[in-house]
Amino acid sequence: MKSAVITFPGSNCDRDMGVALKKFGFKNEMVWHDDNELPKSDLIVLPGGFSYGDYLRCGSMASKSKIMNSVIEFANSGGLVMGICNGFQILVETGLLPGVLLRNKYLEFICKNVFVKVENNNNPYFKNLSKNILKLHIAHNEGNYFCTGEQLKEIEDNNQIAIYYSDEDGKTNEEFNPNGSMKNIAGIFNKNKNVLGMMPHPERMIDESLSGEDGSLFFKNLINNIR
Amino acid sequence: MKVSAIITLKKDVLDPQGKVIHQALDGMGFNNVNEVRQGKYFEIDVKENDPKKAKEIVEDMCKKLLTNLVIENFKIIETQ
Repeated sequence: MKSAVITFPGSNCDRDMGVALKKFGFKNEMVWHDDNELPKSDLIVLPGGFSYGDYLRCGSMASKSKIMNSVIEFANSGGLVMGICNGFQILVETGLLPGVLLRNKYLEFICKNVFVKVENNNNPYFKNLSKNILKLHIAHNEGNYFCTGEQLKEIEDNNQIAIYYSDEDGKTNEEFNPNGSMKNIAGIFNKNKNVLGMMPHPERMIDESLSGEDGSLFFKNLINNIR
Repeated sequence: MKVSAIITLKKDVLDPQGKVIHQALDGMGFNNVNEVRQGKYFEIDVKENDPKKAKEIVEDMCKKLLTNLVIENFKIIETQ
Protein backbone atom coordinates (compact mmCIF):
# COMPACT_ATOMS: atom_id res chain seq x y z
CA MET A 1 0.00 0.00 0.00
CA LYS A 2 1.35 3.38 -0.97
CA SER A 3 0.85 6.67 0.79
CA ALA A 4 2.03 10.23 0.25
CA VAL A 5 2.37 13.03 2.80
CA ILE A 6 2.33 16.59 1.47
CA THR A 7 4.77 19.03 3.06
CA PHE A 8 3.80 22.70 2.99
CA PRO A 9 6.04 25.52 4.19
CA GLY A 10 5.28 25.46 7.93
CA SER A 11 4.07 21.86 8.17
CA ASN A 12 5.57 20.28 11.28
CA CYS A 13 3.83 16.93 11.68
CA ASP A 14 4.73 15.70 8.22
CA ARG A 15 7.68 13.56 9.31
CA ASP A 16 5.79 12.13 12.31
CA MET A 17 3.02 11.14 9.93
CA GLY A 18 5.56 9.58 7.55
CA VAL A 19 7.07 7.56 10.43
CA ALA A 20 3.61 6.38 11.52
CA LEU A 21 2.55 5.34 8.02
CA LYS A 22 5.80 3.41 7.48
CA LYS A 23 5.58 1.74 10.88
CA PHE A 24 2.24 0.18 9.96
CA GLY A 25 3.21 -0.97 6.49
CA PHE A 26 2.67 1.89 4.06
CA LYS A 27 5.32 2.61 1.47
CA ASN A 28 5.35 6.34 2.03
CA GLU A 29 6.64 9.20 -0.06
CA MET A 30 6.99 12.84 0.99
CA VAL A 31 5.70 15.34 -1.58
CA TRP A 32 6.57 19.04 -1.73
CA HIS A 33 3.66 21.48 -2.05
CA ASP A 34 5.14 23.11 -5.14
CA ASP A 35 5.14 19.86 -7.12
CA ASN A 36 2.47 19.35 -9.72
CA GLU A 37 1.97 15.63 -9.65
CA LEU A 38 1.18 13.12 -6.96
CA PRO A 39 2.98 9.78 -6.91
CA LYS A 40 0.67 6.82 -7.43
CA SER A 41 -0.90 6.42 -3.98
CA ASP A 42 -3.68 4.67 -2.09
CA LEU A 43 -3.77 7.41 0.53
CA ILE A 44 -2.82 11.09 0.56
CA VAL A 45 -2.24 12.80 3.91
CA LEU A 46 -2.22 16.53 4.60
CA PRO A 47 -0.30 16.80 7.88
CA GLY A 48 -0.57 19.09 10.86
CA GLY A 49 1.46 22.24 11.41
CA PHE A 50 1.22 25.92 10.63
CA SER A 51 1.31 26.14 6.85
CA TYR A 52 2.20 29.66 5.70
CA GLY A 53 2.36 30.74 9.34
CA ASP A 54 -1.44 30.49 9.60
CA TYR A 55 -1.55 33.87 7.84
CA LEU A 56 -4.90 35.20 6.58
CA ARG A 57 -6.85 32.11 7.75
CA CYS A 58 -5.38 28.74 8.77
CA GLY A 59 -4.92 26.58 5.70
CA SER A 60 -6.15 29.23 3.25
CA MET A 61 -2.89 29.74 1.38
CA ALA A 62 -1.90 26.07 1.43
CA SER A 63 -5.27 25.21 -0.11
CA LYS A 64 -4.22 27.20 -3.20
CA SER A 65 -0.79 25.61 -3.63
CA LYS A 66 0.12 23.79 -6.84
CA ILE A 67 -0.09 20.24 -5.52
CA MET A 68 -3.61 20.82 -4.21
CA ASN A 69 -5.01 20.79 -7.76
CA SER A 70 -3.88 17.16 -8.02
CA VAL A 71 -5.09 16.38 -4.48
CA ILE A 72 -8.56 17.78 -5.29
CA GLU A 73 -8.65 15.78 -8.51
CA PHE A 74 -7.57 12.63 -6.64
CA ALA A 75 -10.27 13.18 -4.00
CA ASN A 76 -12.96 13.86 -6.58
CA SER A 77 -12.12 10.60 -8.34
CA GLY A 78 -12.67 8.70 -5.08
CA GLY A 79 -9.08 8.57 -3.72
CA LEU A 80 -8.56 8.55 0.05
CA VAL A 81 -7.43 11.93 1.40
CA MET A 82 -6.95 12.48 5.12
CA GLY A 83 -6.22 15.85 6.71
CA ILE A 84 -5.02 16.04 10.30
CA CYS A 85 -5.22 19.31 12.25
CA ASN A 86 -3.83 21.94 9.85
CA GLY A 87 -4.56 19.37 7.13
CA PHE A 88 -8.23 19.47 8.19
CA GLN A 89 -8.13 23.28 7.99
CA ILE A 90 -6.64 23.03 4.48
CA LEU A 91 -9.38 20.60 3.39
CA VAL A 92 -12.20 22.91 4.49
CA GLU A 93 -10.49 25.81 2.70
CA THR A 94 -10.41 23.80 -0.56
CA GLY A 95 -14.12 23.13 -0.20
CA LEU A 96 -13.58 19.34 -0.19
CA LEU A 97 -15.11 19.36 3.30
CA PRO A 98 -17.93 21.64 4.43
CA GLY A 99 -17.64 24.28 7.17
CA VAL A 100 -14.66 26.08 8.71
CA LEU A 101 -12.43 25.90 11.79
CA LEU A 102 -12.61 29.03 13.92
CA ARG A 103 -10.42 30.07 16.81
CA ASN A 104 -10.94 28.05 19.97
CA LYS A 105 -13.77 29.43 22.05
CA TYR A 106 -11.57 30.55 24.97
CA LEU A 107 -8.77 31.81 22.71
CA GLU A 108 -6.28 29.33 24.14
CA PHE A 109 -3.91 27.05 22.28
CA ILE A 110 -4.99 23.61 23.50
CA CYS A 111 -2.43 20.82 23.79
CA LYS A 112 -3.71 17.73 25.59
CA ASN A 113 -5.01 14.19 25.29
CA VAL A 114 -8.72 13.84 24.63
CA PHE A 115 -11.18 11.04 24.04
CA VAL A 116 -13.09 10.87 20.81
CA LYS A 117 -16.10 8.77 19.99
CA VAL A 118 -16.24 7.24 16.53
CA GLU A 119 -19.64 8.06 15.10
CA ASN A 120 -19.50 6.45 11.69
CA ASN A 121 -17.90 3.05 11.03
CA ASN A 122 -19.18 2.67 7.52
CA ASN A 123 -16.08 3.99 5.73
CA PRO A 124 -12.48 2.96 4.94
CA TYR A 125 -11.06 4.88 7.92
CA PHE A 126 -12.99 3.42 10.85
CA LYS A 127 -14.54 0.22 9.50
CA ASN A 128 -13.69 -2.82 11.69
CA LEU A 129 -11.95 -0.67 14.31
CA SER A 130 -11.90 -2.72 17.52
CA LYS A 131 -12.60 0.28 19.76
CA ASN A 132 -15.28 2.92 19.46
CA ILE A 133 -13.67 5.41 21.83
CA LEU A 134 -10.09 6.46 21.18
CA LYS A 135 -7.63 8.41 23.27
CA LEU A 136 -5.85 10.81 20.92
CA HIS A 137 -3.86 14.03 21.17
CA ILE A 138 -4.96 17.49 20.11
CA ALA A 139 -2.75 20.57 19.69
CA HIS A 140 -4.40 23.52 18.02
CA ASN A 141 -5.53 27.12 18.25
CA GLU A 142 -8.23 26.92 15.56
CA GLY A 143 -10.23 23.75 16.03
CA ASN A 144 -13.63 25.22 16.72
CA TYR A 145 -15.71 23.60 13.98
CA PHE A 146 -18.45 25.78 12.56
CA CYS A 147 -20.85 25.52 9.64
CA THR A 148 -24.19 27.02 8.68
CA GLY A 149 -27.45 25.47 9.90
CA GLU A 150 -28.15 24.29 6.40
CA GLN A 151 -24.73 22.64 6.11
CA LEU A 152 -25.11 20.99 9.51
CA LYS A 153 -28.40 19.44 8.46
CA GLU A 154 -26.79 18.13 5.28
CA ILE A 155 -23.80 16.75 7.21
CA GLU A 156 -26.07 14.98 9.66
CA ASP A 157 -28.44 13.67 6.99
CA ASN A 158 -25.49 12.19 5.06
CA ASN A 159 -23.78 10.74 8.18
CA GLN A 160 -20.71 12.88 7.55
CA ILE A 161 -19.74 13.33 11.20
CA ALA A 162 -16.73 11.06 11.78
CA ILE A 163 -15.79 11.64 15.43
CA TYR A 164 -17.01 13.63 18.42
CA TYR A 165 -15.08 14.88 21.45
CA SER A 166 -16.27 12.77 24.36
CA ASP A 167 -15.28 11.35 27.73
CA GLU A 168 -13.82 7.89 28.12
CA ASP A 169 -17.30 6.38 28.19
CA GLY A 170 -18.34 8.08 24.98
CA LYS A 171 -20.50 10.82 26.49
CA THR A 172 -20.52 13.79 24.14
CA ASN A 173 -21.72 16.54 26.50
CA GLU A 174 -20.56 20.13 26.19
CA GLU A 175 -18.24 19.65 29.20
CA PHE A 176 -16.06 17.34 27.07
CA ASN A 177 -15.84 19.89 24.28
CA PRO A 178 -12.33 21.39 24.43
CA ASN A 179 -12.68 24.17 21.87
CA GLY A 180 -16.30 25.19 21.40
CA SER A 181 -16.71 23.03 18.31
CA MET A 182 -20.30 22.78 17.05
CA LYS A 183 -21.96 19.62 18.44
CA ASN A 184 -18.54 18.46 19.78
CA ILE A 185 -17.46 17.68 16.21
CA ALA A 186 -13.79 16.60 16.06
CA GLY A 187 -13.75 15.23 12.51
CA ILE A 188 -15.94 15.02 9.42
CA PHE A 189 -16.13 13.27 6.04
CA ASN A 190 -17.14 14.45 2.62
CA LYS A 191 -20.34 12.98 1.23
CA ASN A 192 -18.59 9.95 -0.27
CA LYS A 193 -16.55 9.26 2.92
CA ASN A 194 -13.25 9.11 1.02
CA VAL A 195 -12.09 12.46 2.43
CA LEU A 196 -11.60 12.71 6.20
CA GLY A 197 -10.57 15.77 8.19
CA MET A 198 -9.96 15.62 11.93
CA MET A 199 -8.28 17.75 14.58
CA PRO A 200 -6.77 14.91 16.72
CA HIS A 201 -3.36 13.50 15.80
CA PRO A 202 -3.37 9.68 15.53
CA GLU A 203 0.34 9.81 14.56
CA ARG A 204 1.16 10.96 18.10
CA MET A 205 -0.31 7.82 19.65
CA ILE A 206 1.73 5.04 18.11
CA ASP A 207 4.11 4.12 20.91
CA GLU A 208 3.06 2.67 24.25
CA SER A 209 6.07 4.01 26.11
CA LEU A 210 5.72 7.56 24.75
CA SER A 211 2.01 8.10 24.59
CA GLY A 212 -0.59 5.46 23.87
CA GLU A 213 -1.53 2.94 21.26
CA ASP A 214 -4.89 4.13 19.98
CA GLY A 215 -3.20 5.74 16.98
CA SER A 216 -1.57 2.37 16.25
CA LEU A 217 -5.02 0.75 16.24
CA PHE A 218 -6.21 3.39 13.80
CA PHE A 219 -3.32 2.95 11.35
CA LYS A 220 -3.27 -0.87 11.52
CA ASN A 221 -6.98 -0.91 10.83
CA LEU A 222 -6.67 1.68 8.06
CA ILE A 223 -4.07 -0.29 6.10
CA ASN A 224 -6.14 -3.48 6.49
CA ASN A 225 -9.20 -1.69 5.19
CA ILE A 226 -7.33 -0.38 2.14
CA ARG A 227 -5.72 -3.74 1.26
CA MET B 1 -4.74 52.05 -8.47
CA LYS B 2 -5.38 51.32 -4.81
CA VAL B 3 -8.47 49.37 -3.84
CA SER B 4 -9.55 48.69 -0.26
CA ALA B 5 -11.56 45.78 0.94
CA ILE B 6 -13.06 45.15 4.32
CA ILE B 7 -13.82 41.63 5.55
CA THR B 8 -16.27 41.09 8.37
CA LEU B 9 -17.59 38.02 10.13
CA LYS B 10 -21.17 37.11 9.31
CA LYS B 11 -23.77 37.94 11.92
CA ASP B 12 -24.26 34.45 13.36
CA VAL B 13 -20.59 33.53 13.57
CA LEU B 14 -19.04 33.54 17.03
CA ASP B 15 -16.24 36.10 17.37
CA PRO B 16 -14.23 35.20 20.49
CA GLN B 17 -11.67 37.96 19.80
CA GLY B 18 -14.38 40.59 19.52
CA LYS B 19 -15.81 39.36 22.83
CA VAL B 20 -12.47 39.67 24.63
CA ILE B 21 -11.94 43.16 23.20
CA HIS B 22 -15.41 44.08 24.43
CA GLN B 23 -14.53 42.80 27.92
CA ALA B 24 -11.28 44.77 27.91
CA LEU B 25 -13.11 47.93 26.89
CA ASP B 26 -15.57 47.31 29.71
CA GLY B 27 -12.68 46.95 32.13
CA MET B 28 -11.23 50.27 30.94
CA GLY B 29 -14.45 52.06 31.73
CA PHE B 30 -16.05 52.10 28.27
CA ASN B 31 -19.36 50.89 29.61
CA ASN B 32 -21.43 51.99 26.65
CA VAL B 33 -20.46 49.18 24.23
CA ASN B 34 -23.15 46.81 22.95
CA GLU B 35 -20.92 44.52 20.92
CA VAL B 36 -17.48 44.38 19.24
CA ARG B 37 -16.87 42.45 16.03
CA GLN B 38 -13.34 42.17 14.68
CA GLY B 39 -12.61 42.09 10.95
CA LYS B 40 -9.83 42.54 8.40
CA TYR B 41 -8.86 45.41 6.15
CA PHE B 42 -6.85 45.11 2.92
CA GLU B 43 -5.29 47.84 0.83
CA ILE B 44 -4.35 46.42 -2.55
CA ASP B 45 -2.41 48.33 -5.15
CA VAL B 46 -3.55 46.85 -8.46
CA LYS B 47 -1.75 47.32 -11.78
CA GLU B 48 -4.88 48.71 -13.37
CA ASN B 49 -5.99 52.32 -13.89
CA ASP B 50 -9.65 51.78 -14.67
CA PRO B 51 -11.49 51.96 -11.31
CA LYS B 52 -14.23 49.60 -12.44
CA LYS B 53 -11.76 46.97 -13.61
CA ALA B 54 -9.56 47.39 -10.54
CA LYS B 55 -12.58 46.85 -8.33
CA GLU B 56 -13.55 43.74 -10.24
CA ILE B 57 -10.07 42.29 -9.84
CA VAL B 58 -10.13 42.80 -6.07
CA GLU B 59 -13.64 41.42 -5.88
CA ASP B 60 -12.38 38.26 -7.58
CA MET B 61 -9.49 38.10 -5.08
CA CYS B 62 -11.96 38.42 -2.22
CA LYS B 63 -14.07 35.55 -3.55
CA LYS B 64 -11.13 33.25 -4.26
CA LEU B 65 -8.73 33.85 -1.35
CA LEU B 66 -9.25 36.81 0.96
CA THR B 67 -12.69 35.79 2.22
CA ASN B 68 -14.09 32.50 3.40
CA LEU B 69 -17.68 32.98 2.36
CA VAL B 70 -18.95 30.40 4.85
CA ILE B 71 -18.20 32.77 7.72
CA GLU B 72 -17.24 36.14 6.23
CA ASN B 73 -18.59 38.91 4.05
CA PHE B 74 -16.51 41.38 2.06
CA LYS B 75 -17.08 44.92 0.93
CA ILE B 76 -14.97 46.96 -1.45
CA ILE B 77 -14.89 50.32 0.29
CA GLU B 78 -12.84 52.67 -1.83
CA THR B 79 -10.77 53.05 -4.97
CA GLN B 80 -8.26 55.82 -5.52
